Amino acid sequence: MAEVLVYVDHVDGAVRKPTLELLTLARRIGEPVAVALGNGAADTAAALAEHGAVRVLTADAPEFADYLVVPKVDALQAAYDAVSPAAVLLPSSAEAKEIAARLAVRIGSGIITDAVDLEAGDQGPVATQSAFAASFTTKSRVSKGVPVITVKPNSAAVEAAPAAGAVEALTVSFSEQATGTKVLSRTPRESTGRPELTEAAIVVSGGRGVNGAENFAVIEALADSLGAAVGASRAAVDAGWYPHTNQVGQTGKSVSPQLYIASGISGAIQHRAGMQTSKTIVAVNKDSEAPIFDLVDYGVVGDLFDVVPQLTEEINTRKG
Amino acid sequence: MSLRIVVCVKYVPDATGDRHFADDLTLDREDVDGLLSELDEYAVEQALQIADAADDAEVTVLTVGPEDAKDALRKALSMGADRAVHVEDDDLHGSDVIGTSLVLAKAVEETGYDLVISGMASTDGTMGVVPALLAERLGVPQVTLLSQVSVEGGVVRGRRDGDSASEELEASLPAVVSVTDQSGEARYPSFKGIMAAKKKPVKSLDLDDLGIDADEVGLAGSWTAVDSAAERPARTAGTIVKDEGEGGKQLAGFLAGQKFI
Ligand SMILES: Cc1cc2nc3c(=O)[nH]c(=O)nc-3n(C[C@H](O)[C@H](O)[C@H](O)COP(=O)(O)OP(=O)(O)OC[C@H]3O[C@@H](n4cnc5c(N)ncnc54)[C@H](O)[C@@H]3O)c2cc1C
Ligand SMILES: Cc1cc2nc3c(=O)[nH]c(=O)nc-3n(C[C@H](O)[C@H](O)[C@H](O)COP(=O)(O)OP(=O)(O)OC[C@H]3O[C@@H](n4cnc5c(N)ncnc54)[C@H](O)[C@@H]3O)c2cc1C
Repeated sequence: MAEVLVYVDHVDGAVRKPTLELLTLARRIGEPVAVALGNGAADTAAALAEHGAVRVLTADAPEFADYLVVPKVDALQAAYDAVSPAAVLLPSSAEAKEIAARLAVRIGSGIITDAVDLEAGDQGPVATQSAFAASFTTKSRVSKGVPVITVKPNSAAVEAAPAAGAVEALTVSFSEQATGTKVLSRTPRESTGRPELTEAAIVVSGGRGVNGAENFAVIEALADSLGAAVGASRAAVDAGWYPHTNQVGQTGKSVSPQLYIASGISGAIQHRAGMQTSKTIVAVNKDSEAPIFDLVDYGVVGDLFDVVPQLTEEINTRKG
Repeated sequence: MSLRIVVCVKYVPDATGDRHFADDLTLDREDVDGLLSELDEYAVEQALQIADAADDAEVTVLTVGPEDAKDALRKALSMGADRAVHVEDDDLHGSDVIGTSLVLAKAVEETGYDLVISGMASTDGTMGVVPALLAERLGVPQVTLLSQVSVEGGVVRGRRDGDSASEELEASLPAVVSVTDQSGEARYPSFKGIMAAKKKPVKSLDLDDLGIDADEVGLAGSWTAVDSAAERPARTAGTIVKDEGEGGKQLAGFLAGQKFI
């Protein structure tokens, strides 16, 4: 069976969930060969094997951390040359998309970004994409070269499928461009203890209606009662009430959880672009005309400062 | 020595309009107003600020797009860019990102540059990969997704706020930079700027001028193929309740029914 390269997104050896989802999709089109780079690369092997990786190619070198993007492109290209895969799949993070794009040019292939589903087709893998703020669904293919495709988080359920996952060291020689952009310093983001926004099964978001940084406690309390991630609209972020990393929408994160709860958010097109594919959508807004109500499965017209705390209390009571 | 800045600006359909696909599954540009992609205004703004801080700099705005795309160039010129380059050719219709980046890279080279600045993503294709593709094709450093950027003494520095960390980056010119919407509000064109823009030069280039074969671009030359595009079925109307004191409890009931609690 044809091999499919899967680029691994991990933090010091801990594989992130979107990569495990990718392995599930990769198995629909071939045998996954995972490529893990950087600090802790070899530690990813057990998780990758458990989810279907037949081989795990690893490489670590200071270049991966000290310079931006290109060293990883060099490494993925080395893996590509070694494996001759039928397709290359990457998660749709900002960095992985850039890696994918540069690889595509180098190997003379087309690229599809932000697929939300993937299946085998007569003429190669067929990707489903969501266009124009998720108002359209398209099916597309790479028609020249070996398909390079990036896939959004929550596009498939993670399935265990034990495979050999034999670890092999990948030999990488870095290109002249590799050291072009220096990373002078890196400040890791502090963990809030809540789930990662793009990976969370439930996202609870607040907007301008939350009306102040301190009031976000109301949103956080609801999120914690549900084990959810916290999101925010750009209006809330621009006002300085919540960090930009939590912004949901076109220029923020795009989320696709099982449940999305929007409070004090009107539902502007750019916000919808980032949450419209959520499975179940709930809104609390005091304006019955707010466009967000066009999207909801359940909406409450009311003041979020009455509705949300009552909801949180009720959830905590029901959980006992 | 003068600092030559090229800003890539895309002409896109208005996101608040009724966007859809044409019969050939490319973007329908007929029925929706076009405009300068709002995220590229941030790129123009940073270019103008970098130019202001330099002793001697020139800002050229560049677009690849149909006749109407001149509107995007005019907007950028009225914000303060010095001149514009428009790559326009019927054979470009339906180009994918590999084709588009090829054309942009050739046009940037033809124009001459020390610094290329792009937006973080277009508001239509929203791939967010053109800047990386340009850097790859031009063989210069990419310093992308910056929320803060400065250029001094032939070196570009910036901050990239990623998912798991915030990074301070540095590269020597020439380089490709992309900026996010966190980089600072874009200025509005002044009346004076709008009047001045009318007199600024707009150079037109076609594929011949750039030495690109028609079969490397456009729908036929594309590296990707769109097989179908379907409008997402409208959501079935949800339940809407008015809070009369029990709204939170009612919502909890709904969530419990859906097994979220
Ligand atoms: C290029 C571009 C990119 C953008 N990217 C994004 C993006 O990524 N994400 C994003 O969110 N936006 C984005 N925007 C901004 C977007 O257009 C909207 O301005 C923004 O989403 C509005 O945020 P909001 O809904 O919180 O605020 P508003 O539109 O002001 O809505 C606030 C809502 O809260 C309600 N409300 C007020 N008080 C209460 C209360 N006590 N209880 C209940 N309800 C209350 C009001 O009725 C209102 O509906 C972008 C814009 C542009 C131009
Ligand atoms: C809904 C949709 C989905 C698409 N999906 C794919 C796909 O999966 N694969 C594919 O190959 N093509 C795809 N395309 C086509 C692709 O979007 C175009 O070729 C496009 O011009 C380049 O990508 P982008 O608009 O996403 O740019 P991005 O990479 O998001 O743009 C980043 C920056 O590049 C600059 N830029 C981009 N285009 C131009 C331009 N024409 N002129 C000047 N500057 C520019 C701008 O500064 C912009 O801010 C898609 C198009 C649409 C409308």
